[in-house]
Amino acid sequence: MMNALYALVYMILAPFIGGLIAGIDRKITARMQGRVGPPILQPFYDVLKLFEKEKVVVTRSQNFYVLCYAVFMVFTGALFFSGGDILLVVFALTLSHIFLILGAYAANSPYSYIGAERELIQVMAFEPMIIIATIGMYMVTKLAIPKGSFYVSDIASMTIPLIAFLPGIFIGLVYVFTIKLRKSPFDLSTSHHAHQEIVQGVTTEFSGSTLGRIEIAHWYETVLLLGFVYLFFSWSPVIGIIAVLLTYLLEIFIDNNYPRVKWQMMMKSSWLIALVLGMVNLGLLYYVKGV
Amino acid sequence: MAYLKKSPWIIHYDASSCNGCDIEVLACLTPMYDVERFGIINTGNPKHADIFVITGSINEQNVEVVKNIYHQMPEPKAVVAVGICATSAGVFQECYNIKGGIDKVIPVDVYVPGCAARPESIIDGIVKALGILEKKKEEHKKKEEEAKRSTTPA
Repeated sequence: MMNALYALVYMILAPFIGGLIAGIDRKITARMQGRVGPPILQPFYDVLKLFEKEKVVVTRSQNFYVLCYAVFMVFTGALFFSGGDILLVVFALTLSHIFLILGAYAANSPYSYIGAERELIQVMAFEPMIIIATIGMYMVTKLAIPKGSFYVSDIASMTIPLIAFLPGIFIGLVYVFTIKLRKSPFDLSTSHHAHQEIVQGVTTEFSGSTLGRIEIAHWYETVLLLGFVYLFFSWSPVIGIIAVLLTYLLEIFIDNNYPRVKWQMMMKSSWLIALVLGMVNLGLLYYVKGV
Repeated sequence: MAYLKKSPWIIHYDASSCNGCDIEVLACLTPMYDVERFGIINTGNPKHADIFVITGSINEQNVEVVKNIYHQMPEPKAVVAVGICATSAGVFQECYNIKGGIDKVIPVDVYVPGCAARPESIIDGIVKALGILEKKKEEHKKKEEEAKRSTTPA
């Protein structure tokens, strides 16, 4: 019952929190660049405007794919916040991104093709690290629960700090979150700043309310990813929230300090980090802690 | 509601200009003028844009390009012609390759004079275009409703 309530709270509040985070993000970014920056509510104005615009469609199916992307993103988050199986969360997250990629392919334009290819590469770069993270979390739950558990509710109710056992995995996860948050060194598939290179990548052919839906789905995703960060500190809610805020600040800092890299660099570095930090962390847990 | 006014995204195209106005448009995005505080974003994508900011005059080769960009933009949309070349072709009027100002090809809503146009006047022109966008939205809504009425049998 409580779990369903958490899922419902997420479904209602996440777009507001996500939008607000995006607004604060843009403000801080502007201040870092010595600008005044847009109002904090700017992302909401943007999306509400998009819903006022004319609906231009290249292919009918593309809007259906985007709807699936949004629905599955909400589903993923609801699953996570209701304390569901974290492996299922990871797979549902991938599925929702696959729908976005299909939408971009359906639009049949060279720029959205490039965006779709790059989004695929991003999913590939992101995936190993997050799978290793779920395994790491499972191994730590073994310290408290004899058989271990993949359930978010069990991981979140751990009284021992996950971060103390999974520091390498945490750093690796923050590294690949830069990809998912579409932050600068890895904003390869779509970005306002890459328009001389790929126009808008994945979102090139989407306009009006469809683009609005992509934006809202991204807000849901932001809150979900921050939920992942919180799990590492869930033994103390205050420290958890501070850690989430600091992590996001770090992402903004990275966003403003590093230029976009080539996809080869993103792929190599994120797999290398997953392999080195992730696997070494898992190995140490296995040999030292014996889980 | 008037959200269009709060988040105008622009697409910027340089027709045949000397690049002077072009640089002034980009100057608007720098910390000095920072148009993002009005919610203005420079998108490179006509399908996301609300305002078409265009510098330089129309020549024989870019006619189709300008038309194409304009038609790809979803309604409601506005066009701002920046600089004297964009408004009337200026000193290049008599050139063999020049067709004239932007309004020879697509309807222009705001003319921003100057050679090169100052960033202040460009921002002023874009803000003026916001009012026009609102009006166009109303017109567009009416048109859509009429189209609906004519297609659905009474």
